[in-house]
Amino acid sequence: MVIVDRRANPQGKSLANRQRFLERVRGDVKRAVADTIARRRVADVDTEEEVRVRVDGIEEPGFATTPEGEHDYVLPGTGTLNRGDRIRKPQGGGGRGSGRRAGRGSGEDAFEFTLTREEFLNYFLDELELPRLARTSLTQERMSKPQRAGITLYGYPSALDVRRTMRNSLARRIALGRPDKSVLERLEARVASAREAGDEDGLALAERDLAQARRRIARIPYVDPIDVRYARHERRPQPATEAVMFCLMDVSGSMTEHMKDLAKRFFMLLHLFLGRRYDRVHVVFIRHTERAAEVDEETFFRSRETGGTLVSSALEVMLEVQRARYPRDRFNLYVAQASDGDNDSADRGRVAHLMEDHILPIVRYFAYVETGGDRGAFPHHAGRRTTELWDTYESLASDYDQLAMRRLNDSAAVWGVLADLFAKSSGPVPA
Amino acid sequence: MALLFDGAEWDFQTLDAIHRACTEIAVGEFGLDVFPNQIEVITSEQMLDAYSSNGLPLMYSHWSFGKRFARDEALYRQGYQGLAYEIVINSSPCISYIMEENTATLQALVIAHACFGHNHFFRNNYLFRQWTDADAILGYLAFAKAYVAECEERQGRAAVERVLDAAHALRPQGIHRYPKRRWRLAEEAERVKARREHAETSYDPMMRTVPGFRLGGAPPEARQQMETEARARLRLPEENLLYFCEKNSPRLAGWERELIRIVRVLAQYFYPQAQTKVANEGCATYCHYQIMTRLHETGQINDGALLEFLHSHSSVILQPDLSDERFAGWNPYALGYAIMNDVARAAVEPDEEDRAWFPAFAGNGDPWGVLRDVWANYRDEGLIRQFLGPKVIRAFRMVHLADRPADPDYRINDIHDEEGYRRIASLLADQYEPANLAPLIEVADVDLFGSRTLKLVHESHRGARLDGDLAKKTLQHMQVLWGYRVCLQERDAETGRVLTEYASA
Repeated sequence: MVIVDRRANPQGKSLANRQRFLERVRGDVKRAVADTIARRRVADVDTEEEVRVRVDGIEEPGFATTPEGEHDYVLPGTGTLNRGDRIRKPQGGGGRGSGRRAGRGSGEDAFEFTLTREEFLNYFLDELELPRLARTSLTQERMSKPQRAGITLYGYPSALDVRRTMRNSLARRIALGRPDKSVLERLEARVASAREAGDEDGLALAERDLAQARRRIARIPYVDPIDVRYARHERRPQPATEAVMFCLMDVSGSMTEHMKDLAKRFFMLLHLFLGRRYDRVHVVFIRHTERAAEVDEETFFRSRETGGTLVSSALEVMLEVQRARYPRDRFNLYVAQASDGDNDSADRGRVAHLMEDHILPIVRYFAYVETGGDRGAFPHHAGRRTTELWDTYESLASDYDQLAMRRLNDSAAVWGVLADLFAKSSGPVPA
Repeated sequence: MALLFDGAEWDFQTLDAIHRACTEIAVGEFGLDVFPNQIEVITSEQMLDAYSSNGLPLMYSHWSFGKRFARDEALYRQGYQGLAYEIVINSSPCISYIMEENTATLQALVIAHACFGHNHFFRNNYLFRQWTDADAILGYLAFAKAYVAECEERQGRAAVERVLDAAHALRPQGIHRYPKRRWRLAEEAERVKARREHAETSYDPMMRTVPGFRLGGAPPEARQQMETEARARLRLPEENLLYFCEKNSPRLAGWERELIRIVRVLAQYFYPQAQTKVANEGCATYCHYQIMTRLHETGQINDGALLEFLHSHSSVILQPDLSDERFAGWNPYALGYAIMNDVARAAVEPDEEDRAWFPAFAGNGDPWGVLRDVWANYRDEGLIRQFLGPKVIRAFRMVHLADRPADPDYRINDIHDEEGYRRIASLLADQYEPANLAPLIEVADVDLFGSRTLKLVHESHRGARLDGDLAKKTLQHMQVLWGYRVCLQERDAETGRVLTEYASA
């Protein structure tokens, strides 16, 4: 008899089958993912909570008989039944005793299962890609660059590490007692002075010392092959396309909770997407009222503030940060802005100027999402179809196709708007 | 004797001790004859894995297994479905999977049930001896998995799935019901290799340009004769649809035929299991009950363990009656165990009734001898026909329920009394007829030199009809394998009248 402990075997033996299965039910899975996103709270998007997929109509047909026809069943009875008793057939023709046959038919395969978090994110982000990701230097998305990485015994002459080599050489020369130049000069001086003084003995002694020193110098090399060190270089991958995403959000008083929620969802998804799809994307969070500030992620999504609205302040901060840290020759610049569209009308000119002269020329893509009221109404603009900011941007949109605008009224549509703005391969279409 | 374990905890020494104690009882005292055992301890996730691939330790990749896994996992997590304590594989050595969550008592139960009960049945029952090759199944599964993976690599996943989907749909019709020869699974991998090598070395493009013969110009008599001869070669009617496609489909590539063969081999491997559920589970349940009782009698398990065992045992053999909402047909454990118990009792302490019913062995004093004979030589249908006695019929209060299409009600035609025993035993045995496991569909004819349409026939017995929707979908799969149109005629078995015709699109 053999006992085998299989518990430590690699888990997920059925992974290959699961992938094949998920491919089959792709449509159902995507629908479930979209529903889940609509339902979830912002902070929960990326959590471990289960995504349940209801699968319909993935059937494995086979020949089967219907309950029609004559049947004789022998069944475990109740003990009270007698010959000639009658039992009413259930409606729909299904046989009571035909447990074997029950459940056949097209509805057979409908069932629910659970997606893992990994699978959920995969589906969620599947269709998205940063648009027009220009390759700043090379066609390849990744290139490598040699970087120093310690020292080595072998290498190109050009990579010779002189300091280290000389340090080794010096240590060796001291250890082996190789006379240096000053010692030699001193001995030569001794020989000369002995010769001048005519001191025969002294001269012979000095000459012997000098000859010995010269022999030593000849025998012990100044730089020996064992001293030589080279700098080692390693090719480190270098992202050829670095991108930075500026997330701008209005948190002023005119933004209702619902709007903030929508905006937060939009950024949440965006952030999730960026962090996932590109490993070298910098994200900058800037929120604004009448003043703007760069904040960390936590503050950006969670803390509240009240105040007026000056959109230009956020644009200015964005430009400051960009100039200070993200030079445009090294980074692709992306901006995503969420706002209720409310802006001080005096600010209009400044916004237009910043956008037209400074921002739009340098960014790859500027996504503007306007969050609306509960039913698409924009309460404080009753009678006006569009908002201040929307008007401003719309006038620019025709000239700059890197500016894309969408309205967002319903949390169920967040996903759609994001997918729409960042749809694979298709460029942004001004609304 | 010393206790094998005390409490729920167990380790590998415990398992070993339990196995040794069981061997002594099962082989030494009861005379069971088993394959060497291999016990594998697994987690619940691995158990779900094993579920999804029909309990086989290795399986080729296919989405349907992923689907089964997803469904079972969901049911398990939501608490609708518990997991089996064990899965046992008909191979040599006989592999039993046992779950790490089981208590020591459950492990003992599982070892007695699977490693001795099922194991003995696998080794001795004539169906398994005839149909399955216990020594080679694991090797064959490894071959099948590798072969399917290789095909996916060479041909693409979609192409492989197309064939497998189609073959899976016809699995129940992919079985030889009557043995021709025993499978030699070990030779399968060799055979595939030889065939491919032959194809690769003997490929001759010149042969492809030789014009085929044309029937158009042939005189009608010659044409008639050629058709007759070609048809004779197909040996119609053929009830194994997968076999027919594998051998005769005009359009399949070699690897596609091989895939069909793999599905067919595995379907055939499970065929004996489908026919022996009651006998096999009855055997295993009877054995575990006897072994556990002996362990208790000899002082190797304590009273607590015995009670825990009895609790599990009685839930395993629970048979709800037809008025119970839990009723879902016969529980093979309950029915099998009751029959085995009754047979053993009749062998030892028969009464008048037993002597009348079981004249061959009543009172012969050798219950294990009788049971070993039953396990070796009967499948469910025969077991019930021969060994379902009046006591068991009464115990389950069996009734015969007649379902006639014209009648709005079911009628109780027979009950568990003197008059009814014979008819009930015989009708219940009919329920386990292998012919009732899956609809019997035969290849009746092929239009060989015209449209190549394949004609299938389903004979409708006593008004049983095919589900039209499923039939059409299945024919669509059949068309994938055959390569041309497939139609299916449903005929009344008695009158020969055509009831319906389906055709693939």
